[in-house]
Amino acid sequence: MAISELMEDLYSRLLQDIRFEEGLKACMNCGICTGICPAAEYYNYDPRRVVDLVQTRNNDVIRELLKSETIWYCGQCMSCKTRCPRGNTPGMVIMALRKLSQELGYFTASEKGRQQFAIKRTVGDNVLKHGYCVVSYDVDPEAHPEQGPAWEHYYNHMDDSLARLGGELNGREGPTRLIPDDVLDELKSIFKVTGGQDLYDAIEEASEKKAEEMGMEFKKEGRDFEYFRHVVSADSGCHQNEPEDIRKDVYETGR
Amino acid sequence: MKPEGKKRIWAEYQKEIPDDHFFYVRSCIRQTFFAGSEQYFLKILRDDLGKDVFEDPRHTTCTGIGYHGDVVPFETIQAVVARHFALATEAGYRHIAISCVTSFGIYSEILETWKHFPETLERTREDLYKATGRTFEVPETISHTSDIIYKFRDQIARKAKYNLVDINTGKPLKVVEHIGCHYSKMFPKYGVGGAEFPHVLVGMVEAWGGDIIDYPERRHCCGFGFRQYLVQANRGYSLFASRKKFESMEPYRPDMIIANCPGCTMFMDRWQYTIREIDGITYGADGQGIPVLTYEEVAGLILGYNPWELGLQYHNVQSLPLLRRMGIKADPSERFLAKDGSRLPEPANLING
Repeated sequence: MAISELMEDLYSRLLQDIRFEEGLKACMNCGICTGICPAAEYYNYDPRRVVDLVQTRNNDVIRELLKSETIWYCGQCMSCKTRCPRGNTPGMVIMALRKLSQELGYFTASEKGRQQFAIKRTVGDNVLKHGYCVVSYDVDPEAHPEQGPAWEHYYNHMDDSLARLGGELNGREGPTRLIPDDVLDELKSIFKVTGGQDLYDAIEEASEKKAEEMGMEFKKEGRDFEYFRHVVSADSGCHQNEPEDIRKDVYETGR
Repeated sequence: MKPEGKKRIWAEYQKEIPDDHFFYVRSCIRQTFFAGSEQYFLKILRDDLGKDVFEDPRHTTCTGIGYHGDVVPFETIQAVVARHFALATEAGYRHIAISCVTSFGIYSEILETWKHFPETLERTREDLYKATGRTFEVPETISHTSDIIYKFRDQIARKAKYNLVDINTGKPLKVVEHIGCHYSKMFPKYGVGGAEFPHVLVGMVEAWGGDIIDYPERRHCCGFGFRQYLVQANRGYSLFASRKKFESMEPYRPDMIIANCPGCTMFMDRWQYTIREIDGITYGADGQGIPVLTYEEVAGLILGYNPWELGLQYHNVQSLPLLRRMGIKADPSERFLAKDGSRLPEPANLING
């Protein structure tokens, strides 16, 4: 372990994130957040426990969290914010933990954490290449069978479909219009000034290192290579609550 | 109780929605999956209600999906949103109309952060100026686009060609409303009715003749979960949450779902298709699916616009039974047309025909 890492006060690093300061005042561990949490119902996840661990301010404990699967289970619906009797937001604590995990390169230690590379190469790259988080021509029906026949038809006849609805793909106005280069340059400049590009670079650097460690092919651009395909689809099956519990909940209470 | 006291008690659930002059910001998900909703929101406001809505072609994503996917830092998204405020300032607009619940939650979070931590506003001003040379004024108001339709719901009702009423029975249609978590769970004061009594869609449905269904999982998340849908290996999370809602609403036999958020609309439509494909289960009456409509699509139907120009055919769960109940005559063979008006091959395997 590097000396700089030993010296690192991770709790202080978390406190530098305004969302952490706002999201965690004084938790009394009542567990309402866990009770209302959709992620806790699906995954082996307990936001009450995460907050409990963070409150220890113990460097080793926090480091373990940053390297864990646990911090990647939250879906950021923020239902916890509405219900916490102390006005805390475990979802915001999670956001601060995830940011620090990526800055320190710890996210590649977990299967769910490694997925950040896929989000960077999809949504992250879309933002700076196209000016949108999601672009229609990127939602390939083959990769998204759940999008169903309506989307497949739309996708295969995009110009016709958009024309019917008053839009034009990469046109000058209306839905799905082209974002001009000078505007993209402004976005890129904002990312450079505010640390957005640094976070992208940290995700790329740690992911490349991890791919090498795992002996997998890695490319500097795009998505058609082994490591990308691996992080998008890998599922060791250790994340969820017992399938019996989920089935019981859905079938016995709902139907 | 005296009326003044009652007004004071409910004050925190009220929201000021401007009457006119909006700076419109688009949504990545809405323009991708429901382009017709974007167009008809603008058309209804401009043509039917005579409002001034300004759009700047230099407006971009807010980066919200990246932010909640944890690859975009808070400082970055603050500066991107500040750039949108700069465009509004340059054009002389002080009221922002936001067409995505994720964006709306982010704008709310940023304004609240700037209020409680003024140094973050100053830093954002410096960041934006350094990056782009732009300056901005903090807007007077932010409205979700549904807030604006809500404000003018009675005017829309007065122009209605159709109502949310079954013409065969004369009874109100039974409607499930889905608000979307980030509309008011995080910052209740920015939503109509707050987190406890969200009224934005209820108000529309009731003004247009429908009945709202109250069901156990009414406020449960649709399951987007950002990284939980974006990454293929995680999508079970998203499906599981939607399924929980469907199971809960099914016994009430809803005629339709109206959704506040483009993402929620998409997921509740897509997951109904997926569940039918996997398990052969549908949740509507008579083995049908439950159509999931955006509030703009519902407003458009009420005003008599062509369902196929609103884009209802691009939902996996088709609305033909719903249209028949409302008395709307729409030729299903005209759903899928090319630019030149010729018919395109119809997709197979849609729900409800």
